[in-house]
Amino acid sequence: MAFELNNICFSYGSRNVIDELSIFINSGCFHAILGPNGCGKTTLLDLLSGYIRPASGKIYFNGQNLSGYGKRRLSRSIALVPQEYRVNFPYTVREVVAMGRYPHQARFSHPTARDMQIVENALEICGAEELSDRFITELSGGEKQRVIFARAIAQETSVLLLDEPCANMDVKHALRILNVASDQVRKKGVTAVAVMHDINLAARFADNLIFMKQGRRIASGPARDSLDSKIIQEVFDVESLVAMEQNLKVPQVVFLK
Amino acid sequence: MGYMKIGFMEVIRIFAIEVLGQNRLGGNADPVVKAIVLDVRIPRILTAVAVGGTLAVSGAVFQGILLNPLADPYTLGVSAGAAFGASIALLLNIAFLGSFNVPLFAFIGALSTLVVVMYLASSAGNFSSNNLILSGVIVAAILSAGISFLKYMADEQVSVIIFWLMGSLSAKSWTDVFVLLFFSSVGVMVCLFFSRDLNLMSLGEKTAGSLGVDHSRMLPMLLVTASLMAAVCVSVSGIIGFVGLLVPHTARMATGPDNRRLIPVSFLCGAILLLSADTVTRAMLPVEVPIGVLTALIGGPFFCYIFRKRQTRHTKHGF
Repeated sequence: MAFELNNICFSYGSRNVIDELSIFINSGCFHAILGPNGCGKTTLLDLLSGYIRPASGKIYFNGQNLSGYGKRRLSRSIALVPQEYRVNFPYTVREVVAMGRYPHQARFSHPTARDMQIVENALEICGAEELSDRFITELSGGEKQRVIFARAIAQETSVLLLDEPCANMDVKHALRILNVASDQVRKKGVTAVAVMHDINLAARFADNLIFMKQGRRIASGPARDSLDSKIIQEVFDVESLVAMEQNLKVPQVVFLK
Repeated sequence: MGYMKIGFMEVIRIFAIEVLGQNRLGGNADPVVKAIVLDVRIPRILTAVAVGGTLAVSGAVFQGILLNPLADPYTLGVSAGAAFGASIALLLNIAFLGSFNVPLFAFIGALSTLVVVMYLASSAGNFSSNNLILSGVIVAAILSAGISFLKYMADEQVSVIIFWLMGSLSAKSWTDVFVLLFFSSVGVMVCLFFSRDLNLMSLGEKTAGSLGVDHSRMLPMLLVTASLMAAVCVSVSGIIGFVGLLVPHTARMATGPDNRRLIPVSFLCGAILLLSADTVTRAMLPVEVPIGVLTALIGGPFFCYIFRKRQTRHTKHGF
């Protein structure tokens, strides 16, 4: 069990963003969080990354209270790819990805050969090696997002938190990023938790779908058990057809007008 | 104090005598010349080096924290606060601490301004870059109105206030130098120590947090450090503009934005720039121009030039 959330509440002002949420997040699985805008998906990731603390309830990470971990210790276990990925100074792409190694390096030490190898490898598997000498400030939204994702891979953590990791990407790069995340899960036993908008991609890649609405969990489970037109209606308030894709044995959604 | 020409070899000889002792060289230096070199010129040179370097590092840190390449050490109104404090000391002619009154009042003024600006800008223990810049502008505006009022009240003493505000490195004692060197070396070391965290802060608060930076502690700590560094400089030498804005901004073009390189390079460039500017005003110009005026006169147009060059190059990235 990577994370265990017990009756979590969190509010901005008087608005309850997370409302008595209890979920288990198994380690070594790919979890997709689905739900309409403003249902608390990003807030949930903020809670998991330790960026904010719950107003009430407890979050356990690897069996220990999450608030008991120091920032630096957490940074060696949990990597975050946020939605906001603006970088304000013209670092090169390689420099940005190398920042993923900071948590593993002593303050004034030079990167080791191994650090550099990890950085190059992260650039390569995310398809960003041709960008590596360019300035991050000159890249398009989708390219930047790929670089930030590569930085999280270079961090070599046991948990990857992804907030709409392919929101600005073309379909080829979106698939590439999801494949990389999924490889990390299969080959390295990483736990991935991704907020996603594309239900079909989520059904395709995630082991577990978590449907949220108004700060609560509505349903969860593998796509073939949890994904049907009833839950789409309940969570997103739209009509749809959900059919099993015969070759892939994965349910896929077609929305009705 | 007037102008005095001392030859290069004479200066070397004074140093040699001072270091090796008089007896071994068997010569004697004119005590007046010796005093000019050792107690007037050397403190002034060291002050220029320390103030230039410290202002540049402070500017680099401000630009890094506020994610704004146009921020400078005075963004939070430290200079206006110091100027206000100094004006009060000069106007009331307070004399209980001798020559330390003006620097002390300037420092207190800078410190209180910092407290007020940070109080105004904070919301639930957090500081946003925009809030800090806005609060700094508001408080500085109020204080400069206050300074105008003090100048109006000052009557005949107005020239003393105006001269102080323009900045000067002359008549610095060894005590000034020691106080300045102590604060500036501590400040620069703190900035260097956290330079890596400053890099991460440019990725945004959330990402920096996920890479191990406690933003809510790091930000106020670096803000206070950088502001204190600027406050000490202003207290000793008056308001010297543009060094803290221009040097890190320009150095970044050579070193890239990595603060582990930018901070030491900024210190060096700032020190060299201010020392050269001061040497020009004291040794080459027919009349001694206040150093703050000179840096603004050189720095302003130069800044316009690189700013314009950036616009016309059509690149999207900042420096």
